[in-house]
Amino acid sequence: MNRFVWPLIAVMALLVFLIMGLRHGDPRALPSPFIGKPAPQFELPTLKNPEVTIGTNTMAGDYALVNVWATWCVMCRAEHPFLLELAARKAIPIYGINWRDSRLEAIRWLDDLGDPYLASAYDEDGRVGIDWGVYGAPETFLVDPEGIVVYKHLGPLDAVIWQREFVSRMSGGGQAQ
Amino acid sequence: MIPEIGHFALILALALAVCQTIIPMVGAHRGDAAMMGVGRTAATGQFLFVSISFACLIYAFLTSDFSVLYVANHSQLALPTLYKVSAVWGAHEGSLLLWILLQSAWTVAVARFSSGVPEAFAARVISVLGFLSIGFLLFALLTSNPFDRLIPAPADGGDLNPLLQDPGLAIHPPLLYVGYVGFSVAFAFAIAAMISGNLDQKWAKWTRPWTTVAWMFLTLGIALGSWWAYYELGWGGWWFWDAVENASFMPWLIGTALIHSLAVTEKRGLFKSWTLLLAITAFSLSLLGTFLVRSGIIVSVHAFATDPTRGFFILSFLAIVVIGALVLYAWRAPALDSDVGFGLLSRETFLLLNNVLLVVATALVLIGTLAPLVVEMMTGGKISIGPPWFNVAFLVPMLPLIILLGMGMHTAWRTQKADSWWRVLRIPAIVAIVLGVIIPLLIYGRVSILLVVGCGAAAWIVITSLIHPVRSLLREKGTAGITRSALGMSVAHLGMGLFVIGVTVVSAFGVESDQALQPGESVEVAGFEFHMVGLSNVRGPNFSAIEAEIEIRDDGKLIDTIRPQKRQYLVQKSWMTEAGIRAGLDKDLFVALGDQLGQNAWSVRIQYKPLIRFIWLGALVMALGGLIAISDRRYRRSSRETEATA
Repeated sequence: MNRFVWPLIAVMALLVFLIMGLRHGDPRALPSPFIGKPAPQFELPTLKNPEVTIGTNTMAGDYALVNVWATWCVMCRAEHPFLLELAARKAIPIYGINWRDSRLEAIRWLDDLGDPYLASAYDEDGRVGIDWGVYGAPETFLVDPEGIVVYKHLGPLDAVIWQREFVSRMSGGGQAQ
Repeated sequence: MIPEIGHFALILALALAVCQTIIPMVGAHRGDAAMMGVGRTAATGQFLFVSISFACLIYAFLTSDFSVLYVANHSQLALPTLYKVSAVWGAHEGSLLLWILLQSAWTVAVARFSSGVPEAFAARVISVLGFLSIGFLLFALLTSNPFDRLIPAPADGGDLNPLLQDPGLAIHPPLLYVGYVGFSVAFAFAIAAMISGNLDQKWAKWTRPWTTVAWMFLTLGIALGSWWAYYELGWGGWWFWDAVENASFMPWLIGTALIHSLAVTEKRGLFKSWTLLLAITAFSLSLLGTFLVRSGIIVSVHAFATDPTRGFFILSFLAIVVIGALVLYAWRAPALDSDVGFGLLSRETFLLLNNVLLVVATALVLIGTLAPLVVEMMTGGKISIGPPWFNVAFLVPMLPLIILLGMGMHTAWRTQKADSWWRVLRIPAIVAIVLGVIIPLLIYGRVSILLVVGCGAAAWIVITSLIHPVRSLLREKGTAGITRSALGMSVAHLGMGLFVIGVTVVSAFGVESDQALQPGESVEVAGFEFHMVGLSNVRGPNFSAIEAEIEIRDDGKLIDTIRPQKRQYLVQKSWMTEAGIRAGLDKDLFVALGDQLGQNAWSVRIQYKPLIRFIWLGALVMALGGLIAISDRRYRRSSRETEATA
């Protein structure tokens, strides 16, 4: 086969990929190696006050959401109103991991759009993100009272996904509605 | 009635596009001059009917004919007249019509100014361009008719997206599209060359000016978009690595590679198959960009409304165009390459490296743009990988590119003697390193490795770009000076140097500060005092706004008063930030209103942006370089000679 055929093959592969993208396929959950295991330990300064730290210990004792977000992430903006709604009806404690972001921008974003988080950890260089196996933002983890990761959702969270994937996994979840 | 005329004209344009595609191609095959001539006539007719159609849509906007769905959705009675016109291309359907108009305008230009080109070749080029017109006309007529009616008509329209109500954005899409569509000419030349099976150095000479013009417009369009984002989005950033920005940037990178590769093909008859591949790729990436923006496949702040049928149509069209072109390429390209050799130290080597690095950069941008799509397909979630990845990934090919650029300009074709080469370059190299340390240290008072690299690289490009023009100025009377083509290259590279210094300095020394301010209060940022004099309510035609009056002082001396606004557009109820900017070549002082904090207090974002103007100035100078290059005598001479013999 001559080398002049390679561009054709590469483009065919790309096109097949784009057609699949257009059809969206069926959203299968990516099995995260972290599910069913204790949440990776971390200790980070909070976004709003670098003197105070927040970590895995802060969250223990109750079901908690850990939401990975950043100001440069368009879909984080899309899911933000729903997080605010969850926070407003006190459905679950929500912790943020502000991922690879600028502190100033992130604080401004929370001031502008409202702050659904009990606290946000500031993961400037994305190191904790690596421990948690974060692909991108937004991602949301459900952690149970024993600190075990029960579920992980990629992409923006909404009411449907919340009902279907999260509420059902919170056994007897007293506060969950 | 008028909208129906517009719709009908579009159908007639399609009929003519079909004639324009088939008849000259058959004519070129048979050597039938009359049939070949039909191409030009059909192209002119198509342009005429598309213009009528476009004029009808403008008319519908100007008369606020809300019985047209597209007008009702994107205009409003109180919209200023300028924006009623620019609203024509403010959303999917109308911007597609603009694309079609520009496609047919390019075709007419090619038909008119290709007099130096053999008739059969020109006929094939016009035929290929006609085929592309068919695709876009069908796209508009079948999935995105801008003349669809809305009965009964609403009393008032839904207004143009406030983000788009800005003079910069009124002309940004046309510039960008002229560039995108312009690459279709290089594409058509490539296809015509492969069909006819002969590609000589003259082919590169014909293709070059068209490619350069398209590249110039794309450069200006991208720069204007970046400038708009800077002052209109209120974040003070100038590039966000957004999917849609990337969609325009990828054709630009490949277009830049194509310009350089065409130079080798014209001068030395080398890289022929590679040049063809770049010509195909540049236009394919324009189409891919259109697909990404209009299919809703990727989430972006700029994306048009989602519609799977549109996505499917444009993807099918993309597939036909690209697969067709590449099959032809796989079949014809092997016969084209010549095996002229060149020395290791030669301009050919540097241009080859230029091409490799630009293609790598494009690939990295493409990967970054499509990666969220891959994750989405595997997991169903929509994520973005964001600027942190791009900023690092992009720097990797760009740094060597910048360093090599300065060397390549001063290297001879075929082979260059190392000692004379070194004699020319050693002083610029030393001066560049010294400047790389001095500029940040003396002017801004801080230095780091990245700063030395950035400033040194910028100084390196600027100095090496100036060597030829300065020598030409100082030359003895009567000796030959620099050609326009070489001057254009030097100027475009100079623009690149200005761009690099701007990016380096603003990212290292820019200051951003969020402050709470109320009337009578002052804050100091980056050594300047910002004093809020007062707040007032102002009204625009279709918005109401709160305006702050802010005085800027340097050492107690008043240097400017700026008036940032927070606007609320009345129909869409959306808030827009209109930043107040004290613009200067050396620095911008930028104030944007955030939110009301209390009775009278506002959160205010204040930014100090040194040399940010150099980013856009650099782009402007690059485009100017293109303009100078296409004014070179040899492009004009050939057409005049042919006219004389004709």
